[in-house]
Amino acid sequence: MGEHTVASFDEDLEQISKLIRDMADLAGSMVGGATKALLNSDNVLAQRVVFDDAIMDARQRELDDRAITLIAKRQPMAHDLRHVVGAIRMAGDLERIGDLAKNIAKRVSAVGLSVTPRDLSRSIDAMAQLVLIQVQGVIEEYAAGDAAALAKLRAADERIDVKYTSVFRELLTYMMEDPRNITACTHLLFCAKNLERIGDHVTNIAENAYYVLTGEQLPVNRPKQDETTMSAPVT
Amino acid sequence: MTQMLSPDMTMTETVAEKTKIEVKNLNFYYGQSKALKDISLSLPERSVTAFIGPSGCGKSTLLRVFNRIYELYPKQTAEGQVLLDGKNILDRSQDLNLLRTKIGMVFQKPTPFPMSIYENIAFGVRLYENLGKSEMDGRVEQALKRAALWSEVKDKLNASGLSLSGGQQQRLCIARTVAVKPEVILLDEPASALDPLSTAKIEELIDELQADYTIVIVTHNMQQAARVSRQTAFMYLGELVEFDRTEKIFTSPREKRTQDYITGRFG
Repeated sequence: MGEHTVASFDEDLEQISKLIRDMADLAGSMVGGATKALLNSDNVLAQRVVFDDAIMDARQRELDDRAITLIAKRQPMAHDLRHVVGAIRMAGDLERIGDLAKNIAKRVSAVGLSVTPRDLSRSIDAMAQLVLIQVQGVIEEYAAGDAAALAKLRAADERIDVKYTSVFRELLTYMMEDPRNITACTHLLFCAKNLERIGDHVTNIAENAYYVLTGEQLPVNRPKQDETTMSAPVT
Repeated sequence: MTQMLSPDMTMTETVAEKTKIEVKNLNFYYGQSKALKDISLSLPERSVTAFIGPSGCGKSTLLRVFNRIYELYPKQTAEGQVLLDGKNILDRSQDLNLLRTKIGMVFQKPTPFPMSIYENIAFGVRLYENLGKSEMDGRVEQALKRAALWSEVKDKLNASGLSLSGGQQQRLCIARTVAVKPEVILLDEPASALDPLSTAKIEELIDELQADYTIVIVTHNMQQAARVSRQTAFMYLGELVEFDRTEKIFTSPREKRTQDYITGRFG
């Protein structure tokens, strides 16, 4: 994409892009921090994640302000319009990812280290790693302008869904094994669900980014592998 | 470009639409210089089509072919076909007076005649029809109402057309065009000399008029094209680069040249 005749238009768009990159970096660090805090019972790290969410919210407000001002001042068209509207929507998803990471962080003290069995830690850690790769990858691919990679990344969310299903089953067995595990395992179940939802927000971002880059929508249907809704109420 | 370009209406329209004007392989020359290069497109009836593009791209020239107003000037020639309801208006046998009653035109600068508001409208009607006083009064009132000007001028119909504001003068010109009951209205930058409020009134008017007329508008204001038209043609250096539904052109055009122009990245 060439430069605008009016150079300050490019600067305005770049500032919006930079905010999205900053928010994505922050989202990645919050998700990583929250899971690490959960698995290590690190209350200090958990507190940092809770604090970071305030920064995330402030960034989103700044992006909204800039995007609205740009639309009013420049009346963007075509790719520029998709870029700005896409940024507003992506910022919404990134902000929700921040909320969900904060929610995981707030459960750290309730779960406690002793009750988390090693196998379970590994399962949740593996799920978190998958989610983290998605969170970090989506804005990288968008910045690189790689629409095909975004379509692939969206499809990869399936692996998170599969992992969530197995964590869900695993948690059920721990709860059945010893009712004293129920409190901690319920919190962990919410944490796993939060991670699964973070994955869904990443797919939203991937879909938006794909639309911004190509002007085309990805097909609606994506294979769904989360089977827990078959045996549990939808949260 | 030999393929006929027609906007894809499948997203919003399922009913087959009647073509009002069909342009086939049109070339236009100002003396030796070729201003339109093999233009083919078809304009659906009772809808607004916008022509956009940088100065000198041929959009006004194309508009001027539709009522053969170019023939007022020497050494301007058109080749190819422009079919109005299937009949080639470029044919020598075409009656130009009849053509211009069917295809009215409004220009960039308001061009009221130096006569009363009433006469501005009645003058054109008298050229084609012989109406009695009350019939003519009715026609004038109807045209002024159609142009959303009636309430502002009904008490001063004998005042000079030149006494009106720029926006009112432009609506007077639209009333004058509408009064002779055309089928097509050509608008060449109709609001570029008007303030935002007058522009909004003209756009509202275009919106209403499309129920009864086929409207073609040339505009430099892209937001205006995006607002008022249902299909948009982007022209560049005498070529028709892209012609599609307006939503498509302004959200994700196919051609890079269109994208560059409408996003302000040209040249």
